[in-house]
Amino acid sequence: MLWKKQIPLAITFIMGLLLGIQYFVPHRISENFFQGYLDWAIVIGIFAAILSYISFYRVHGMRIKKKAPAWQYSVVAIVMSVTMALFGFIQGREEGMVFMNMYSYILVAIEGTMFSLLAFYISSAAYRAFRARSTQATALLLAAIIVMLGRVPLGESISFWHNIWPSLPTFTGIANWILNVPNMAAKRGMQLGIGLGIMMLSLKIILGIERSYMGSGD
Amino acid sequence: MAEEIKKTFWERLIQIDRRVIYLIIALAMVLPFFFQMGLPIPITKEVKDIYDYIETLTPSDVVILSADFDPSVSPELLPMFDAIFRHCLKNNIKIIAMSLYIQGPGLIAPVIQEAATDYQKINGVDYVFMPWVIGWHIVIMDLMTDLQRSFPTDFYGTRTEDLPMLDGVKNYENYDLIVPFTGASSYAWWLLYAHEPYGVPLAAGVTAVSAADLYPYIQSGQIMGMLGGLKGAAEYETLIGEKRMATMGMEAQNWAHVIIILFIVIGNIGYLVIGKKK
Repeated sequence: MLWKKQIPLAITFIMGLLLGIQYFVPHRISENFFQGYLDWAIVIGIFAAILSYISFYRVHGMRIKKKAPAWQYSVVAIVMSVTMALFGFIQGREEGMVFMNMYSYILVAIEGTMFSLLAFYISSAAYRAFRARSTQATALLLAAIIVMLGRVPLGESISFWHNIWPSLPTFTGIANWILNVPNMAAKRGMQLGIGLGIMMLSLKIILGIERSYMGSGD
Repeated sequence: MAEEIKKTFWERLIQIDRRVIYLIIALAMVLPFFFQMGLPIPITKEVKDIYDYIETLTPSDVVILSADFDPSVSPELLPMFDAIFRHCLKNNIKIIAMSLYIQGPGLIAPVIQEAATDYQKINGVDYVFMPWVIGWHIVIMDLMTDLQRSFPTDFYGTRTEDLPMLDGVKNYENYDLIVPFTGASSYAWWLLYAHEPYGVPLAAGVTAVSAADLYPYIQSGQIMGMLGGLKGAAEYETLIGEKRMATMGMEAQNWAHVIIILFIVIGNIGYLVIGKKK
């Protein structure tokens, strides 16, 4: 209990307090302490990375062992990670080496493809689900159309009224207003709330009220 | 069968096979690469502000360009990095290229090499390229206090102290601009750990979906300007007079947006017509 609860809580409390004070004290001792913290943080980060590799191999190893659904993909994941690491260590990672070729022509292509699929899903969802069911939904829909037009060159080109009455804004101008005024007001409110939430949570962690990060479910 | 015959035109249209939608959007994105319209790209204030600031920098100034992204968002962010990197090279401004993401250096390495070749610049003399170091925001804190401590070697393994460009470049006092490129929120790390405590000017390049989040920071003056999505990159390419990846991609984005708007309009007309009928 002492090692699992009291000591971690004490470390969190002392470090939270010291780093809080350190921020406002421009003294050499304070700066040295901060440098020490940075070194420790990087060392902890390296151990976290090692832990993530162990977790990766453990999870996929278990999936293969249990013949879980689509376990074959776990084999591909393990084989590719080992192969890529080996080529990286043996050959290096300069342009033209196997590691860089695997990176550029497999990993980049796969990740790019995964993300670009969103365009297709968004189109389908826009067609089937984006409906003017209420006043609020209609306002959202109109704002979305104006911003979408304002974010491409075509929006500027089809704003014919701007040529007749130059004082009237183009689609780009209206889109910028939507982003700079109503959007920003909403975002600012949300961010203030999030900021206050972060401060509260930090205090609760430092004071030992919030302990879920310890994984005990307290 | 009888039920099938009773379906009206709008009902059929609303229930169209999703593969037809996929095909239309695929054509809308591919065809513009072959048939370019060449529409003018209007410049927004957020982009112009970054351009104007870089124009005021001198060859002794240092700009940090941090490619904090992975391949999934590189079609939007890589052209931004490319455009600002080229602008700095063109004006002989010193550049520190880096990434807080492990996949970043591999993405920007070819872009850096191509731009350096085009402008006949030398690695280590006109720009430096740093490797990925574990730590995320810790790297930013380290970089602000001691550059050589956070990056003992560059991407190619050369000792940082042996790089001529970094003579006299030690910490935050020597940085004149930081531009993170991110699909997530690394701009917030740079804001918290570089701009706020040390006052280093900050701009950002973000994906179109993240752009809306930055407006409060721009209005408060914490972030001087922003490149939002592919359009931001295309605007910057227009400003530096080099129409490259982003300008070409804007044609596709143009039509993709128009098609999605048409889908929304058709979908809503169908919804209203069917709704009234029912």
